[in-house]
Amino acid sequence: MTAAHDETTASGDETPASGEAEPSTPTGQADTAPAAGTPEEVESGARPMSMIEAIRDALAVMMERDERVVSFGEDAGYFGGVFRCTEGLQQRFGAHRSFDTPISESGIIGAAVGMAAYGLRPVAEIQFADYVYPGYDQIVSEAARLRSRSVGEFTAPLVVRMPVGGGIRGGQTHSQSPEALFTHVAGLQVVIPSTPRDAKGLLIASIENDDPVIFCEPKRLYNGPFDGHHDRPIQAWSSSPDGLVPEGYYQVPLGKAARVAEGDEVTILAYGTLVHVAKAAAEESGVAADILDLRTLLPLDVEAVTASVARTGRVVIAHEATRTSGFGAELSAQVQERCFDLLEAPIVRVTGWDTPYPMGQEWAYFPGPVRIGRALEQVLGY
Amino acid sequence: MADIKPVQLTVPEPPARPGEEPDFSHLHIPAAGTASKPPIDVEAQATHPLADELIRVLDDDGNAVGEWVPELSNDTKIRALHHLLETRAFDEQALLLQRQGKAGFAIQSRGEEAVAVGSAMAVDATSPGYGPGLDMHFPTYRQGGLLLANRHSVVEMVCQLLSNTGDRLKGAQLPSMHSVPEKGFFSISGNLATQLIQAVGWAMGSAIEGRRNVAVAWTGEGATAENDFHSALVFASVYQPPVIINIVNNQWAISSFQGIAGGDVATFAQRGTGYGLPTLRADGNDLLAVYAVTEWATARARAGHGPALIEWFTYRMGSHSSSDDPSRYRSADAPQSWPLGDPIERLEQHLLTTGAISAADIERLHRDVDEFIAQAVAEAETYGTMNSGPELGSDHMFAHVYAELPDHLAEQQAELAIEEEMRRR
Repeated sequence: MTAAHDETTASGDETPASGEAEPSTPTGQADTAPAAGTPEEVESGARPMSMIEAIRDALAVMMERDERVVSFGEDAGYFGGVFRCTEGLQQRFGAHRSFDTPISESGIIGAAVGMAAYGLRPVAEIQFADYVYPGYDQIVSEAARLRSRSVGEFTAPLVVRMPVGGGIRGGQTHSQSPEALFTHVAGLQVVIPSTPRDAKGLLIASIENDDPVIFCEPKRLYNGPFDGHHDRPIQAWSSSPDGLVPEGYYQVPLGKAARVAEGDEVTILAYGTLVHVAKAAAEESGVAADILDLRTLLPLDVEAVTASVARTGRVVIAHEATRTSGFGAELSAQVQERCFDLLEAPIVRVTGWDTPYPMGQEWAYFPGPVRIGRALEQVLGY
Repeated sequence: MADIKPVQLTVPEPPARPGEEPDFSHLHIPAAGTASKPPIDVEAQATHPLADELIRVLDDDGNAVGEWVPELSNDTKIRALHHLLETRAFDEQALLLQRQGKAGFAIQSRGEEAVAVGSAMAVDATSPGYGPGLDMHFPTYRQGGLLLANRHSVVEMVCQLLSNTGDRLKGAQLPSMHSVPEKGFFSISGNLATQLIQAVGWAMGSAIEGRRNVAVAWTGEGATAENDFHSALVFASVYQPPVIINIVNNQWAISSFQGIAGGDVATFAQRGTGYGLPTLRADGNDLLAVYAVTEWATARARAGHGPALIEWFTYRMGSHSSSDDPSRYRSADAPQSWPLGDPIERLEQHLLTTGAISAADIERLHRDVDEFIAQAVAEAETYGTMNSGPELGSDHMFAHVYAELPDHLAEQQAELAIEEEMRRR
């Protein structure tokens, strides 16, 4: 056990994931989101929501504003989805705008491409990201390329929502993080929120975007922030300022990272669940980390990344997905190409192992605070 | 007690291979005019016997017979012949351009032109009157006849084959992978069968908005084996949108005969019966049958009675594309021996039999069409060919990947500009 890890016990009962980052005061150029708003706005027109409620609210706001928006997926109609993200939409907007689909991911996404080409704004739910592969061809060969192969005369402005990541005892078919399979595809945008407020604003921006968006929902964050300490009491979003979500319509723009912690010792690049784990690890290690929540992986906010590396000269990249050819490889290459002269230590990646996501060894697989703490130590001690 | 046979793998074989006499004796071809025509609002199940029939209108003497005879004026029939001839002449020119090295690839629809032309005329996608939108065909690369029958610019079509400066798609696509929204012609993927479920989704959009615009999906018989075919059928069955699913059974998928797609054990139309879709099977070389059956399915869809699935029974007379040689995998005489003949000759026979046109008129029509297409090719070549004349700029490659050029693509575009400057030096 490392010294850094020993320090964690003192603050074990706190909520390090959200305790120090006031969500309504993002700093630096990394976050230009009008959606984040001022603290006053948040206080006057916001209420606590889980990420599930925030996603549901985004869908309801958009279906109310824009008749072209339709929502569908396996169990996503009458019942409201296995994670309840579409609950009540059918009752409110009618079965022609929120409906159940056959168990056919290629059908769900292929039909979404056709609806989008027709002129609707389909939001398709894939029940678990692990199930998306039968629909992968419709995403990669069709949705992503329809605009370019028709000189922009046909387009596919659709959103594919999918729960990603582990930490819920889902085994190898309910835990995967396939984001890198989409960031490798020209024509797509890939989004992954880490808070309810970002989830709502990013989903609204994704629905309004004129190109296909892969919207990854870290399912371990659906009900509360998660610092990686699975053996500690579960946190609820209601106890976190990040769970305070503005009412009504707002956007968090795609392509903009958020600087969620300020520091000058090391940059941590993270997204989704690992944003919270990274914050906990840095705090527990006593490291002044500059932590970026990338929020959109494609297109990447390169400016925010390079600005942070310029401040620190050291980089740890953290994601839950397998390491080899993971999105961390792209981040590492970007930093090396753009910031080589600024680097004072080799870049270190903290990831899941290159194995299927296990059932019985979930926490041995998960890149928790210990693994990140060790990487911080390695980078700072170089 | 039942017989016990050895367990063995069945690999279907066509009746004749190279060097053998073509053999179509196994085909069941009912006489023209025998198939019944149900009303457009009939229960789907009532159409299921038609999945094992063959709807034919033109008999062996060129007479139009039976319940399916469409009400078409002589002028419309002559127009159909005109489009059939245009399609054949266009394909011949496309192949010639490929052989001359002016185009990179060519594909043709020889023998099955009536399917696209008849369908285009019956759907009449570009006609106003069904609301603000158009209807939309989701074609494969073998339905160029849709564009010709919908009177698209032939020069523009040839420019697409040549990837030249007149190419609407600015070099993005293989020759024949057209995309023409205003003619109700969806962008062709090149990956097979993906367009079927997209057509169903498009029709679902039409139904969600309560419109009467129809989507028309196209596939060859070979690609009915793809997952997306089944996705399309189940979604069409569940949501009952206004979509027509056309299976063009031209007997060949490159070198694999239709038995490799499962056609020896059931007709392709019968695949729709298990989904409860209306299913019809018709002679694809009979322009009048194609028109009548498509008109029926279109009227049914527009009237809110939902989807239909149609198998068009025809024969791919040419190669799959400019990249294969059919004499390597099938009987050389097979195209000429196809028992349902050539769609152009059969329509001509009908027009002559009924006195709608004279032999001299037909001859003149052939000449006019050949000249028209040749002129279009000559004009298109002034915009450049694959290896000569003006070239498309490389910027087009980046222009439509996203609605707005993202920074990383702008960077890459700038890199290429430097590279191109260095190559010019």
